[in-house]
Amino acid sequence: MRDPISKIARELQPSGIRKFFDVVAEMPDAISLGVGEPDFDTPWHVREAGIYSLEKGRTFYTSNAGLMELRQEVANYYQRKHFLTYDPRTEVLITVGGSEAIDMTLRAMCDPGDEVIIPEPCYVSYVPCAILAGAVPVTIPLKAENEFRLTPEELLDAITDKTKILMLAFPNNPTGAVMEREDLEKIAKICVEKDIFVISDEIYGALTYTGKPHVTIAEMPGMFERTVVINGFSKSYAMTGWRIGFVAGPAAILSQVTKLHQFAIMCAPTTSQYAGIEALRSGDEDVETMKESYNQRRRYLVSSLRQMGLPCFEPFGAFYVFPSIEKLGMTSEEFANRLLEEEKLAVVPGTAFGACGEGFIRISYAYSMSELKTALGRIEHFIQKHVKE
Amino acid sequence: MKEELLRLIQNNSRIELKDLATMLGTEEATVANMLQDLEQEGTICGYYTLINWDNTDEEKVDALIEVNVNTQRDMGFDAIAERIYKFDEVKFCYLISGRYDFLILLEGKTMRQVANFVSSKLSPVEFVSGTATHFIMKRYKDYGAVLGKPKKDERERMSF
Repeated sequence: MRDPISKIARELQPSGIRKFFDVVAEMPDAISLGVGEPDFDTPWHVREAGIYSLEKGRTFYTSNAGLMELRQEVANYYQRKHFLTYDPRTEVLITVGGSEAIDMTLRAMCDPGDEVIIPEPCYVSYVPCAILAGAVPVTIPLKAENEFRLTPEELLDAITDKTKILMLAFPNNPTGAVMEREDLEKIAKICVEKDIFVISDEIYGALTYTGKPHVTIAEMPGMFERTVVINGFSKSYAMTGWRIGFVAGPAAILSQVTKLHQFAIMCAPTTSQYAGIEALRSGDEDVETMKESYNQRRRYLVSSLRQMGLPCFEPFGAFYVFPSIEKLGMTSEEFANRLLEEEKLAVVPGTAFGACGEGFIRISYAYSMSELKTALGRIEHFIQKHVKE
Repeated sequence: MKEELLRLIQNNSRIELKDLATMLGTEEATVANMLQDLEQEGTICGYYTLINWDNTDEEKVDALIEVNVNTQRDMGFDAIAERIYKFDEVKFCYLISGRYDFLILLEGKTMRQVANFVSSKLSPVEFVSGTATHFIMKRYKDYGAVLGKPKKDERERMSF
């Protein structure tokens, strides 16, 4: 028999951390700080809107790009939050979560051999999706001393004449890093000069704790026409299981992304789209409430980890902290494995998000304060035990 | 920060001072002072525990009572309310817009005790012109908390 598997699929590296996840799944008594989704329920009025749409029998396909009403709300959102004007007819697409948006956008924009710059540590799908799109991923290892922000120098070093796209993901999973206006201005200038496009994954955009609103690179001079913004409902409105997100960008790009989406997906789930309308229309307060709670846990976690002697830069976004575990003289995976074995606590090794995550672990604070407290007690016990060794 | 502190302890008044300070990004002494001021000015009126008595052997009967009153010169709503809420059995007392004037929550041990209170204590209060008593049969939600078993975390335990 011939090999049923394609070369590209076979050569794609599976996430090394999958095995560790399976081990955790088989330890029911272990507690976990390993999730990448909110602990809050989707606000009831949003769920209710989804239920109502089902009751009304709204169970058909929507238009490929998504319900016009929802696209209009997405456009309103960008107008309201970022003073950006997207035409809901041609510049907004509703997708199956941010994940589909990443995949489709890369496919729509990459030719074989094009280089996509991907700063790491980052979400696990960028590199595989770039490869599947035929592009060549070029990773930049971001540094803790820069608070895991992308610096202009790092970007310039990575650019070649084949560079087509910069993949930006701030607020960042797993580091919690943000890029502020001054940081983005410098990056934007380079992108304009070097004629590079940006795919900006801002799925955590609503969760920033700098005291200033989140800034998107699409706001920078000359960037609107070369930026595709990816966003969604999962993290900000606690809607991960609804699988719904959106893309906004110039019509010339969006029309092609929409074409691919039409062939691959048809349309995002109709029920979720109705829920999404309600979320965007009257969910601002829910986001603020959740954000306040995340921020309190974030402060608590950073301060506790530092007191234990784990160096931890202050993350100002998402719901993760990314402390350094270097002083224990273990690799990230070793640390995670032993913490699980000895203290029955699961965290994600930094290396799951790129080689430069070595020496770090990702801790999620999408947990209640009492769960965090219990877990921190275990980390402290672990550290005391191993620093002495 | 004052409002954030209040929102925080409204849902959980048992968080330690040290943790409150960390969660709000400030010093312990600052929080302690703030709490003291809030107590003294009457913004924080107490620290209570939300109990589902149905889980215990203690017999309790609660009733919501609508109260109509006739106000007069020198005897406005506030003065009448005081005559009503001074009874220890009265746990809540609100002035209400609409068809009646006050809504009170009465806590008793038995239905008879509640009935006695209405007939022998509440109705005879001067200016009270009528009452309607509604016994509470089941509590589903109190102070924003759904009464029942705590919810389980049903998320996958690891995800990117």
